[in-house]
Amino acid sequence: MRDANFSRGLVPLSIGSVVLLVGGFAMVFLYAPNDADQGFVQKIFYLHVPLAIVALCGFVAGGIYGIRFLRSGDRVHDLRSYVAIHISLILAVGALVTGSIWAKASWGQWWVWEEPTLVSFLIVFLLYACYQPLRFSIEDPERQARYAAVFAVVGGVFVPLNFIAVRAAESLIHPRVLSTTGGSMPGSMRLTFLIALAGMAVLFVTLNKYELTSKRASFQLRALRRRLAGDDDGWVPVRRSAAPQL
Amino acid sequence: MSAATEPRAVPTRVVVAALIRKDLRLELRTRESVPAMLLFSVSTFVLFHFGLDARSLEGDLAAGVLWVTLLFASVLAINRLFVAEREEGGFDGFLLAPVDRTALFLAKATVLFSFLVVLELAAVPAFAVLLLAPPGLPGLLELCALLLLADVGIAVVGTLVGALAVQTRARDLIVPLLALPLMIPVVIAAARGTAPLWLEAGAEPMPGRWPAILGLYDLVFGLLAYAVFDYLLDE
Amino acid sequence: MPALPLGDAGPYVVAAYLVFLALVLVYVAIMAAKLGRVEREIGELAELAERRAEERRLDGSAAAGAASPASAEAGASR
Repeated sequence: MRDANFSRGLVPLSIGSVVLLVGGFAMVFLYAPNDADQGFVQKIFYLHVPLAIVALCGFVAGGIYGIRFLRSGDRVHDLRSYVAIHISLILAVGALVTGSIWAKASWGQWWVWEEPTLVSFLIVFLLYACYQPLRFSIEDPERQARYAAVFAVVGGVFVPLNFIAVRAAESLIHPRVLSTTGGSMPGSMRLTFLIALAGMAVLFVTLNKYELTSKRASFQLRALRRRLAGDDDGWVPVRRSAAPQL
Repeated sequence: MSAATEPRAVPTRVVVAALIRKDLRLELRTRESVPAMLLFSVSTFVLFHFGLDARSLEGDLAAGVLWVTLLFASVLAINRLFVAEREEGGFDGFLLAPVDRTALFLAKATVLFSFLVVLELAAVPAFAVLLLAPPGLPGLLELCALLLLADVGIAVVGTLVGALAVQTRARDLIVPLLALPLMIPVVIAAARGTAPLWLEAGAEPMPGRWPAILGLYDLVFGLLAYAVFDYLLDE
Repeated sequence: MPALPLGDAGPYVVAAYLVFLALVLVYVAIMAAKLGRVEREIGELAELAERRAEERRLDGSAAAGAASPASAEAGASR
């Protein structure tokens, strides 16, 4: 637990995310051509899909850290799992909102059941929204970490399965409404998309490190306070919380 | 330590059988879960009749009403599944015994599965009588296949969620909040598979992808739950 | 450079990117609040450490200079 210095590499990563995202978005508006079918509206694709992909990978990563925690018992993995899921949830909300805006812009409705990505995300969001309440409802910190890890693993397995099931449910009757010109994406669009995706991924890692560093600082502060206050005041009560304690 | 004084571990299948027998006997004596599930299902069918203002349903709508109702009824059973262990100290007793911990998972999942089968034996005919448009139960064989596959999935995920929830403070809330999203793929596959069987114009063949998806779900979550259940039991 | 039709589709695209910006900035704001709290706590702890060092220094000088009854009295009165 004393090994990882969470903030290592944080500055270059944040610079990297700025460069990639700003560069990517610049390319979206200045370089990539307009889509043949959807026109200008399609530009949302470069924001919505990277958000979705990174959020999905983040949930799976949360599950992987959950497995590592269950096998090793090292609380650091529980913390990493918690932060990964937390930030992926924020990105998932972003994916839902941008997807909804896209649906409204291109189909005139705020929601389309025919778009499997959007529907999958709604389900995944409903599931992971319970993660923090679940943690909060278990008082014993050790059990809280263990149960949260089990949840993270189950959720991580569920995410791809759910995607497959929802995809299978819609593809028969309705074509994908929010995809772009099938598989024939011109090279400039593909490049722009890849850069936006890379930028979102780097942003995710940056935010993760940021949050981990902040949490570690709070823990160390609390430990310090306990040590300093230990002699005269005695016991400093620990509030019940959903966040993992190191 | 000589072989004579070393305690022999009890084989898992014996443990599972004993646990199943205990729970089934308990259910037969108290008649808590299954009658409640059945009453709930029939009430829900009546509610749907009034809510949808429809005398009879066919196709997609019929399949949806049945499967959603079955899912909600299963939540009732999941809520009760580990309550006895929790309140009467059954968990501690089980942990002290020299048995493989996953025996509890196998036993509870089998018990939940059997509750669901018994429920469906009564609730599906009730549904056919009350709400189904095509007479009788067309496509009975495919329907049974779907029901069994779906029951396995619900049993596996339900046992996992039940064990997770029973140790928390908000047990009755956590179960539906976790179980329902997790079981959405089951509803998708089962309802989409059932819908063509119940078309008024004439039953169409059920696409093979839906039992396949259910089978995949059962396999993946079965293995996952088997691997992970240990961690839900306290040291 | 492609034309930017700010007629009908434009507002939606802008809205989507603004949502993303808003999410990131709200996150920054929350982290800023946490940082402020951490800074305040560090200040309190530094004060606490200062006070303790002060007390220890006073104790040390009292024990070195005064006779045993005086220090026992001081110890009893605290």
